[in-house]
Parts: sequence; structure tokens; C-alpha cells
Amino acid sequence: MTRLLDSPERFGALPRVGADLIDAIERSGLVGRGGAGFPVATKWRAVAERSGGRAVIVVNGAEGEPRSQKDRLLMTARPHLVLDGAHIAARVLRARRVILYIGERHEKARQSMLRALSERTEPERNLVALAAAPARYVAGAETAAIHFLNEGIATPTTTPPLPFEQGVDRAPTLVQNVETLAHIALIARGGSANSTLITLAGGVARPGVVEVELGTTIGEAVRQGGGVAEQPRAVLVGGYFGSWMEPTEAWKLPLDHRLRLGCGVIGLLPSSSCPVCETAGIMRYLATESSAQCGPCFFGLRALADACTRIADGSSDGHDLARLHRWVDEVPGRGACRHPDGAVLFLSSALRVFAREFANHNGAHDFRRTA
Amino acid sequence: MSAPHRLVVDRIKCDGRGLCAELLPELIRLDDWGYPIVNSDSVPNHLLPLAQRAVEDCPVLAIALRRSQLKK
Repeated sequence: MTRLLDSPERFGALPRVGADLIDAIERSGLVGRGGAGFPVATKWRAVAERSGGRAVIVVNGAEGEPRSQKDRLLMTARPHLVLDGAHIAARVLRARRVILYIGERHEKARQSMLRALSERTEPERNLVALAAAPARYVAGAETAAIHFLNEGIATPTTTPPLPFEQGVDRAPTLVQNVETLAHIALIARGGSANSTLITLAGGVARPGVVEVELGTTIGEAVRQGGGVAEQPRAVLVGGYFGSWMEPTEAWKLPLDHRLRLGCGVIGLLPSSSCPVCETAGIMRYLATESSAQCGPCFFGLRALADACTRIADGSSDGHDLARLHRWVDEVPGRGACRHPDGAVLFLSSALRVFAREFANHNGAHDFRRTA
Repeated sequence: MSAPHRLVVDRIKCDGRGLCAELLPELIRLDDWGYPIVNSDSVPNHLLPLAQRAVEDCPVLAIALRRSQLKK
């Protein structure tokens, strides 16, 4: 079994691929590794049907999730694997352009991708252009990437049209995360897609990226990161759009992208940290990262962050917890993109797992985002 | 038979003017910030004229009646 990070640095010529690769992708069960977990074969078919030789492939290496590092690590360590996946997509979907959309702060990743690109054949090089994704949380969202490439504004747009209908230059467009494309490169060579890149963050002995087999438990993944640095109070599964879990529950959970693994960040909150303060800090970040286009997101997330902050710093009037519970029911599903939904999913898990801490938070913690 | 009518809000266009909720409180209420929370069920026939009016009177044309299943 070849995995991503211990595959050869370069396989050589691209394998022969045709439309039947989409069936192989479907059989592999591959879902997008950028966070949304959408089935890849479904997305490819939608673009293939409409392409007519015009399709555009956007290689999504924006990686705006603050704690995630796996995409830039992959672009740095195995750039040819990502390019292989992109070119395979371009052939199968008969695309006319490939755009590398790489986070503007991911300098090493960009250099590495460019160096790899310079080593490719001329026809392959000529297909590819480079774009720098703004360092904002929403910039990696599919419609935000397309909006940026078309008009220079990295904010999500109202759907429909969806990217496969009308994307870059109004052409059918595939926006696909770099790790997903790397898995495609292995599938096209007869491999499977049964590993996943996980970023371990917070109270783990060796924070960073590990590659594990799907189905590996979180406890085992943490052991591969050297184990816990400090007894955790909770585990954040899936990054800022993910969910807090009790450590005992998280430990035995098998890593599986059908279970809301998001972008694959596993964050351990040390017992010495205050969960309410941590939650308030992340909610503040997510409120700030709203693209301020939709009222329920812009005002709603700000109100949620304010209420969390008041509970954390001891200035609440006593009704904030009730407000939070009401708002988490009202805000989701009411934005053009899923930013408010992700933020509320995160907060709902905090209210559930940290119910005791939210109800009994005394005193004024001077809090900062720690993990 | 054609799909039932549903109210759909363009969240980017919506400015929170609130006219829709005044015209059609049976299906639309406002959140704490003045933005509509729309009942996602199909619009019953007897409310269709009012729903139509909410659509037409929206100052920023942010609300529409669609004959389609809701995406989830």
C-alpha cells in the first residue's frame, strides 16, 4: 500500500487515464479532504458532463484553517503528486486550464510547487497558472476561490450557479483540495485512498502532521504524535468548524471522513486551559472572518462571540447562556455559504461538552486563544 | 404535478429591511438583528398572494418564490 507521504517523490510519466477513472474513484469511496467531505466521483461527473473541453481545474491549496498544516506540508513534500492529480483531472475532465490556488502565506509550499512545475513537460507546464489565495478563513471555500479568480474578491457567492455549472470564466470548474488530488494520483496508478493526513494541534507531545490509515482511532493518531503533553479536557475534531468531544469518547473514534472529520485537524485542549475562554476566542476569530455579506452571519456570529466573551470575562447579565442556546438554533442555514453553519456547529458542541463550565464560569478570566 | 412554491432569500442581497415579515408574519419572522427567518415549508395556496407581494415589495429584491425542492 502506497501512502501519500512515503510515495516516491516523483512517479514519472502520467498513467493513461480515461472516463473510467471516475468509476475507480467512486469505488475507492474518496471524498474531498478540504473539509466538506463531498464525494469526488459525483463532482467529477458533473464537470465531465458539461466540460466540452472548456473545464477549469482549481487546485485548492488555500488552507485557511488556522491550525491545519497538512496541505502546505503535502505541497512542500510531494508537489509532483499534487500536480499529477491535477493533470489527471485535466485529462479526464478535458480541461483547458489548471490554476494552482495557494495560500499567500504558504511561501515554502508555493516555491516547492513552482519548482516541481518547472520539472514537468512543456505541454503540462503550459496548462498551469498560479494564483495567491488571500489569507482569510473563507478564501478556500469553492465559490470564494472562483469569485477571487474571476474578480479578485475572495468572498463566497450565492448559489446557484454551482462551480460545475459556472465557475472560472463562466466555464464548468472543479475546485479540489490538494490532498484529494494527491489521492487521485495514487488511485490512477492502482492504489487506494485509504490514508488521511491529520494535523495534531494543542496539547500533544509532537504537534504537526501524521498520515494514518482511515479507521485509525484518534487515540492511536495521538500516540503517533508522541502522545498527550498534558491531560486533555476535550478534543476538537475537525478544526474550527468541527466539534468538541470528551477525550474518552474521542479516543476510540475511528478517523473517517464520513464522520465530520472536516479538514483533519485534531486539537487537544489541555486541562489547565479554560474551555469557555478557548471557545470565546475561537468564536471571536470566526466572527471576524465572516465576509460580512450576509446579515445573520455578520451580526449573528458577532453577537455569539460577544455573549461568549461576556461569560468568559465575567461581565454577563446572566442571560447570555440562554441567548446562545436560542441563537444556535436560529443562525445556521442563513448564509450564502456555510461559514455561519460551521461556526454554530462548533459552538453547539462547546455548549454540550462544556455545559458545566459555561453554567458555572466564575470570575474574570483574562483570556486569549491558546491552543 | 408541479413542485410547491417555497420562499427563498438571497442572503447577500438581503439588507434586513423587514417588509417581508410585516407582509407575511405567518411565514416570516425577524431575528434579533432584523433579518428574516423564513419558514422553509411550502407556501400554502391561501398565502400565495401575500407571498407574491412580499417578493415584489422587497426594496432590494432579495426574496423570491421558487417552484423547486429546497437544497439541504
